[in-house]
Amino acid sequence: MGDTALTVEFGDEISEAVSRAVRAYKIALERADLPGVVELVPTYRSLTVHYDPAVLSYHALRERLEALTDGLGDVELPPGRVLEIPVLYGGEAGPDLAFVAEHAGLSEEEVVRIHSSAEYLIYMLGFTPGFAYLGGMSERIAAPRLTQPRVRIPAGSVGIAGTQTGVYPIDSPGGWRLIGRTPMKMYDPHREPPILPEAGDYMKFYPVTQAEYDAILRDAEAGTCAVKTHAREEV
Amino acid sequence: MSIRVLQPGIQTTVQDLGRFGYQQYGVPVAGAMDPRSLKLANIILDNEPGEATLEITVTGPQLEFTEANYIALTGGDLGAVLDGRPVPRYEAVKVEAGQVLRFLGLRSGCRAYLAFAGGLDVPAVMGSRSTYMKAKIGGYEGRRLEAGDELRFRAPRPELAFAERRKLGIDFVPQKEYSLRVVWGPQDDHFTEAGRRTFCSEVYTVSAESDRMGCRLEGAVIEHQSGADIISDGIAMGAVQVPAAGLPIIMAADRQTTGGYPKIAAVISADFRYLGQLKGGDKVRFVPVTVEQAQNSRKLDEQYYRMIRAFLDRDRAMEYN
Repeated sequence: MGDTALTVEFGDEISEAVSRAVRAYKIALERADLPGVVELVPTYRSLTVHYDPAVLSYHALRERLEALTDGLGDVELPPGRVLEIPVLYGGEAGPDLAFVAEHAGLSEEEVVRIHSSAEYLIYMLGFTPGFAYLGGMSERIAAPRLTQPRVRIPAGSVGIAGTQTGVYPIDSPGGWRLIGRTPMKMYDPHREPPILPEAGDYMKFYPVTQAEYDAILRDAEAGTCAVKTHAREEV
Repeated sequence: MSIRVLQPGIQTTVQDLGRFGYQQYGVPVAGAMDPRSLKLANIILDNEPGEATLEITVTGPQLEFTEANYIALTGGDLGAVLDGRPVPRYEAVKVEAGQVLRFLGLRSGCRAYLAFAGGLDVPAVMGSRSTYMKAKIGGYEGRRLEAGDELRFRAPRPELAFAERRKLGIDFVPQKEYSLRVVWGPQDDHFTEAGRRTFCSEVYTVSAESDRMGCRLEGAVIEHQSGADIISDGIAMGAVQVPAAGLPIIMAADRQTTGGYPKIAAVISADFRYLGQLKGGDKVRFVPVTVEQAQNSRKLDEQYYRMIRAFLDRDRAMEYN
């Protein structure tokens, strides 16, 4: 792309296999630590390599990238991290939970149980700082977007759009059906690291009560709240 | 306090060369729309080339200095006057406490860069002082300047050695029609042969709806092969997206990190100097070049920066001999 970026494509579909290939390549490239590589941006199906043309020429980079492809079989993927994200479902925090339940022909409790039982693969981040594109939501709780998007959705809102689910990291406009809200700050520019999720991680939601939500929110605002994670068991 | 903002102008923001390293987390790079003008302003003042400056758009602010320092103004000509007297562009200019810098109106280009010897004292957020307004980060409280804001110099140098000799010729020259050099791809194969021909033979007009996120163009429709959606991939500065309607958008400093429209080509980095100066009504045409040509141009630019730094430092070098 121009003279400052190069995109390596691994397929033309959204699948865990393609995503794993992207992740393996990213890890191999990070280990290679090439001078002149500025940063790497993984997406569903590709890895964009931003580089400094004053340090690294297109041809030199391309050669190194092709050489890396040959050794890819040797890259052992570390087990995915699972981020455990507390969610207060329904009520004011999730004004569309009733709609999603009705649309699915399920009770609200069943929607919450289904939504909070899966481990969702984080394919990529984009759209806004810290917005994770998640895969693997059950089609049973899929719901259409709002016909008229909301002007302001509070940070932390958890929504459903079609078969996608996700968390709004900052206040923003949007058309997703909101089923709950997390007190965790997915994004905080003054924290290290500023953003919790990373492509290749998994996200698992768990329901909390209003009292638990308030307690976590207090800790999150005081900066004393670390996200819980566990290593994913391969299935 | 060093600068009091009396009037903010349409859009005056603190920018450096951008926030790198966080695109994989969805954080846009932001930074100067015209990085060359930013670098030249800093080099004139013997700053690091990527020091934070004010990026001033179309209608300039009114700034009252409350502390002496040297400033340099580059990029588009916005008609700057200091206490009523025209401020020469592309040279070090002394400002004294109590003086007021104003801008009478746009004469050329779209954006001016105002650098300060020793830089601006705003906190770096994720490694950069650039303002990214949508997420309210960087620069001055994450937003454009407003009347009443007070900015501080970081390390002002009211005595700048051989200041009167720290000047360059005018570097930004407006064109009747801007030729933007592009490298094809990554999705040029999503367009028909006719579509690619349209792209590099027609003259496009910059839309008034252009902003720091993207430069929207009006003109001949570029024909897609089949559909205008791709599975999202990364976006670089200068990438030319063509959504379903067939009109190109050149992605600029505040672009999103990923996107789902095919990119027919990308403007080369040596020509961001023009991309950052385009405003509604300007004419552009795309000229395909090879990536080797693009990188040679970029190398020449880097050589030029080194050369002018040596040139501006000539008196000091003599002194040490």
